[in-house]
Amino acid sequence: MSKTSSGTLYRGREGMWSWVGHRVTGVVIFLFLLVHVLDTALVRVDASAYDAVIATYKNPLMALGETALVAAILFHAFNGLRLILVDFWKQGTKYQRQLLWGVIGVWVVVFAGFAIRHLSLAFGGH
Amino acid sequence: MSTELPEPASKIELKPGVGGGGEIPTFNITLRVRRYTPESTADAYWEDFKLTMYGTDRVLDALHKVKWEHDGSLSFRRSCAHGVCGSDAMRINGRNRLACKTLLKDLDTSKPITVEAIKGLPLEKDLIVDMEPFFQSYREIMPFLINDGHEPSGERYQSAADHAKFEDTTKCILCAACTSSCPVFWTDGQYFGPAAIVNAHRFIFDSRDDAGDMRLEILNDKEGVWRCRTTFNCTEACPRGIQVTQAIAEVKQAILSRTV
Repeated sequence: MSKTSSGTLYRGREGMWSWVGHRVTGVVIFLFLLVHVLDTALVRVDASAYDAVIATYKNPLMALGETALVAAILFHAFNGLRLILVDFWKQGTKYQRQLLWGVIGVWVVVFAGFAIRHLSLAFGGH
Repeated sequence: MSTELPEPASKIELKPGVGGGGEIPTFNITLRVRRYTPESTADAYWEDFKLTMYGTDRVLDALHKVKWEHDGSLSFRRSCAHGVCGSDAMRINGRNRLACKTLLKDLDTSKPITVEAIKGLPLEKDLIVDMEPFFQSYREIMPFLINDGHEPSGERYQSAADHAKFEDTTKCILCAACTSSCPVFWTDGQYFGPAAIVNAHRFIFDSRDDAGDMRLEILNDKEGVWRCRTTFNCTEACPRGIQVTQAIAEVKQAILSRTV
């Protein structure tokens, strides 16, 4: 009975979309960690193989990927702190929206700082 | 016999075209309803109804107009039609609302107004869902006063300060707008859902009730309050303005801070 298509997407507000963002960035970070554990474990197997793998990361595409990864980690980290406040700070649920704007503000500042430094090292300078 | 009727005392001379129902502005709307008729078609589909409605009309009035004047097969629940019984929760323009509390003039009438059944409960027909899983969760939190003491000869007294602790959660009308707005509930039918937790909160924080610990134990489960991901959809959807996410957070804190 419930297999019929569910119609339109639910139009949530900030709370729902920050949850979607938290989920998506969480999955992205998990996939990175999976690869990261594997490539780092390689150093125990063969140091030169490890060097070869790490050398393949040094290209513009990976630099952009790293930038996106840091963006995801920063959002997940700051929004995670917001969620802790929502759960455990008495006024947290009342100010969840303002907290989200705070998260986005801090995210923009920190990410801009990282992106400028990282991308100028990756694309300029050499 | 000359029958000269006396003029009624209340008669007021009105200019032509003034007064009566004609003064309420009318406008045209397109009501886009998600239909599901399992007896004839396997899949749900959209159906548009072009209606002329008044400025005082609600979405429920538009549904009535369809059912009474256009297509009698349209099925939906409503009872009191005044925001008290909680029968007509539905998804209006993508958000859970009571059809009887949503004025058409508050919606964007230049675009079709979409009306769908609430999500996460088995769809039976058109806008009607099977509410049983919802009420099952409600029953599990024991939504009634449990008091171990002697029965008092009069009322059970309570201070205003004690009452204030759960006043907000007494307002629930069990319409399921909150529970069916919860992304966790859509995919995990085992989750108690916001409404059950709200009604548990109403007794957990009631100084006259003695079964708070038992209810906290029921909700201290992986399908209990800890499934809440604080998306705030429930708080936004509640037609009674209950701070649902806040109530869930208070239950979470009570579970962690109680002395067992």
